[in-house]
Amino acid sequence: MARAITPRRKILTSGLAWAIGILLFFPIYWTILTSFKTEAQAINDPPLFFFFDWTLENYAVVQDRSDYMRFLWNSVIIAGGSTLLGILVAVPAAWSMAFVPSKRTKDILLWMLSTKMLPAVGVLYPISLIFVEFNLLDTRIGLVVVLMLINLPIIVWMLYTYFKEIPGEILEAARMDGAGLREEILYVLTPMAIPGIASTILLNFILAWNEAFWTLNLTAAGAAPLTAFIASYSSPEGLFFAKLSAASTMAIAPILILGWFSQKQLVRGLTFGAVK
Amino acid sequence: MGRIQLKQVKKAFGDVVVIPPLDLEIEDGEFVVFVGPSGCGKSTLLRLIAGLEDTTAGTIEIDGQDATGLPPAKRRLAMVFQSYALYPHMTVRKNIAFPMRMAKMSLQEQNSRIEAAAKALNLTDYLDRRPGQLSGGQRQRVAIGRAIVREPAAFLFDEPLSNLDAALRVGMRMEISELHKKLDTTMIYVTHDQVEAMTMADKIVVLQAGVIEQVGSPLELYRTPRNKFVAGFIGSPKMNLIEGPEAAKHNAATIGIRPEHLTVSPESGDWKGIVGVSEHLGSDTFFHVAVDGFAETVTVRAGGDVDLHYGDAIYLTPDHELIHRFDEKGLRIP
Repeated sequence: MARAITPRRKILTSGLAWAIGILLFFPIYWTILTSFKTEAQAINDPPLFFFFDWTLENYAVVQDRSDYMRFLWNSVIIAGGSTLLGILVAVPAAWSMAFVPSKRTKDILLWMLSTKMLPAVGVLYPISLIFVEFNLLDTRIGLVVVLMLINLPIIVWMLYTYFKEIPGEILEAARMDGAGLREEILYVLTPMAIPGIASTILLNFILAWNEAFWTLNLTAAGAAPLTAFIASYSSPEGLFFAKLSAASTMAIAPILILGWFSQKQLVRGLTFGAVK
Repeated sequence: MGRIQLKQVKKAFGDVVVIPPLDLEIEDGEFVVFVGPSGCGKSTLLRLIAGLEDTTAGTIEIDGQDATGLPPAKRRLAMVFQSYALYPHMTVRKNIAFPMRMAKMSLQEQNSRIEAAAKALNLTDYLDRRPGQLSGGQRQRVAIGRAIVREPAAFLFDEPLSNLDAALRVGMRMEISELHKKLDTTMIYVTHDQVEAMTMADKIVVLQAGVIEQVGSPLELYRTPRNKFVAGFIGSPKMNLIEGPEAAKHNAATIGIRPEHLTVSPESGDWKGIVGVSEHLGSDTFFHVAVDGFAETVTVRAGGDVDLHYGDAIYLTPDHELIHRFDEKGLRIP
């Protein structure tokens, strides 16, 4: 029997849902709004919600002071590169864990996840030393590798769950049909797992894009991505909320747009297998 | 060619022995059915032959060559799975073409074989559809098409009809039998359904707990079952197995009589009993009879017009020529 929904209950739950939604969206809304204010209006008390003199001045100043395109390009390379590299490593790993599991597969999966429980700062020192040793400081390749390693457990876990959904008999059929391991993964497994792989790529791209700890600690000017671009507006010359907001808006805009267009794929991928 | 020999083949998962060492010979062009209750190891045996499982010990030879260590792709065997295992992202045409593509066959050759297979299996109109748009029977035909285009040394079928409804199953059974006659290639067919085994096989291999209980033609198994298990498993409805004083009269621990080898009469006969449940099939009627002095209910086949009902007295007379005798170990007494 369907659950009865009284009008009062409907209003209550809808109201609650809207409240949570607005609460979640508010920081983004406030950042975008502030980016169109003057510095004085930005710190005005009481806060100005809509009626103020809209200005693009902050964007002009930010663009003038720092080369947005260079940071953007670095972000694209670092996020894209680490995601791609991660997928290349994780697909065979997840394949073997899903289809030829050993007694220790579950332990390995848990161990991989456990690396995420260590605070990043815990390994900052060794990683920095390795970066110095190999001349990787402030290089894009260095960040690509580090972010790939940071996100690898998540990529493997996600792919593993998607691969588990694929019936083993289909892969066995491919083997009977004469496919070697390479053909099996390339022509049968990957095309079937595309929705899962796509959402894994998307989520990891977003995670890598927004990653701030390593990108801030391991870069100076050369390889700095958009996270460093935002951070550069945060302190030394005092607080410039409006300019900081403009920089933030410019930094999150590409990923917001990407997320907007791929949200269907993302939701489908993240709930994949939940309901058959 | 497709001659397959299993020599002392054994399979164990850890300490659990699923198939104790067994020998089996399958001749070229034979239709062999592995039959047994679920969990008897028949699918595992098929997968060992396919190369999808590794043997723990023993050798598997295909056409005289040792194939024990070969990967499935190198054994020149084609398999049809219970779940069809079609590639959902490929059209029917591409599904059928896949093994040929893996064998790097010329496109021209591929296309001509696809056309031929599609025609033989009534799939011509569906070549550009995906498996998801086909019915169960059509999917099974695509799986068979994918198997035949490779011209394999042997076909392996793993309970291919158990996902189909009853009417379709009978049709597909005929189609596979016909295919065997036409191709004259070795086929190994796994099923738990003894009717499928009886109707399709040249040779039936009855398995229980990984052990081969008997190998023989369907009629051999029907007429001279080697032990009580085979006697009870082959034939439908199953053979009546009777123990106690009635068996002792025949100098046996157990006697077996098939439902079709008993004569029914409302007035007189060797065994007197009371009709329990009766199943009317139109052509036949099966009576389940509680016979005086027997611990087991006896099933008997009578004509469709026998008019007896629940609680009626009934007399049964076995055909003495056709009584099977078994000793304490359950083995047939000749």
